[in-house]
Amino acid sequence: MTLAVLPTRRDEAFRYADIAALAPLWPVAVEAIAVAAGDSRALSIVCTGTAPLVRELAVTLAAGAAFDLRILNAAAAYTRIVVRAELGTGATFTLGAAQLCTGAHTLEVVTEVLHTGRDATSRQVVRSVAGSGATVNYLGKVKVARGADGTDGSQSVRAMLLDRQSSANAKPELEIFADDVKCAHGCAVGELDAPGLFYMAARGLPPEVAKRLMLQAFVAEAFAGAQDEEALLAQALDALEAML
Amino acid sequence: MLQISNLSATVGDKPILKGLSLTVNAGEIHAIMGPNGAGKSTLAYVLGGRPGYEVTGGSVSFNGQDLLSLAPHERAAAGMFLGFQYPVEIPGVSFVQFLRESLNAQRRARGEAPLSGGEFLKLAREKAALLKLDMDMLKRPVNVGFSGGEKKRAEMVQMGILDPMFAVLDETDSGLDIDALRVVGDGINAVMRRPNKGVLLITHYQRLLDYVKPDFVHVLADGRIVKTGGAELAHQLEEHGYEAVTA
Repeated sequence: MTLAVLPTRRDEAFRYADIAALAPLWPVAVEAIAVAAGDSRALSIVCTGTAPLVRELAVTLAAGAAFDLRILNAAAAYTRIVVRAELGTGATFTLGAAQLCTGAHTLEVVTEVLHTGRDATSRQVVRSVAGSGATVNYLGKVKVARGADGTDGSQSVRAMLLDRQSSANAKPELEIFADDVKCAHGCAVGELDAPGLFYMAARGLPPEVAKRLMLQAFVAEAFAGAQDEEALLAQALDALEAML
Repeated sequence: MLQISNLSATVGDKPILKGLSLTVNAGEIHAIMGPNGAGKSTLAYVLGGRPGYEVTGGSVSFNGQDLLSLAPHERAAAGMFLGFQYPVEIPGVSFVQFLRESLNAQRRARGEAPLSGGEFLKLAREKAALLKLDMDMLKRPVNVGFSGGEKKRAEMVQMGILDPMFAVLDETDSGLDIDALRVVGDGINAVMRRPNKGVLLITHYQRLLDYVKPDFVHVLADGRIVKTGGAELAHQLEEHGYEAVTA
């Protein structure tokens, strides 16, 4: 539910948000998406704009429904994508997000995945690249309600910093009220692998090509298995190219 | 072909190479042996230009060029190949893509036309067969999930594809079983045993030298070459140990 008053950074979900950029866009209209029992839907969101943008999706997955959401956020201004997903029995929610941020602004993905039914699966893969003083954020909460046994949730969050002026904030959270649950989360913020870069150079790859190859592979993980994987990847590569 | 003169190098302020001199002429294979910590791998990395390995004195001339003034990728384009003791895994990048980009980057740097996808695959298939490496492995991400022996074999396939003038092979034999050792040895002979090429073979053990006959064997101890001989020196070392032979 969206708050009526403008949040502050004391609100957990806005801890790293750019409140000044958010203010003129507040309050945000929530886009509701309902996936009926047994149905499958896919959505790709590509942000490459130059004006601040905030979107908030509320996805409801009925029993056995599947929703595959991919996000490519390479916008040149503050962009915040909020996704709340509620999973019924046996539902499957997939999120693959890549944030490619260059310059002194913030890109963020905020998710709240609520497992209410049994045996539902959620998969979240977020890959962020930050350069030239950029900030990339991921705040992700997975809540498993009482009785939602057989839940299988995973969050894989990685961020790559291209320089020491950029930053990445990652906050994967789990809240579990059921007994028979499998929830995995992994989170890492780092720089490009120096031994890997030297190995590539020793084979004759100039540093900029080696860097590009590594970042392409990194970002591609967010789009693996997407319906429009190739198109997303092509757009991501264009955005990467512009960053390097 | 390769002239190393009075080379000194430090790693993190610790002096490792202390005035090392060595000349390798075209058509020669030189083996460098030595105890742990003597500086063998440091020599390989310094020749490859690895960041963190700082040259503090001396010079290295490669085919008349000042090798140390070149960036690592420029050294590769100039014909230098570094075989790694511990080949690095690069997730998400396939060997085929990696090697094609590498080869074509080298070719462009030398003013040659890049190979097409088809031409490259033909070359890769030929070299993989030579080193008895399944071509399907080259479709996988670079070294990811490869066993120690497979990584070393893949290093040799890369050497075959890139076809360098000079190879520095850092403990290419470690981690290999007897059959793999023969395959790798045969591979080194097939790719590098040429009148216009040279090899610096860094090894702990004499056994690789049964397959790749060195023209010279050097003993590296405490950052310097302390003894030089022919292939028979390796046998003496194997039999009597470094201390007895270099005393």
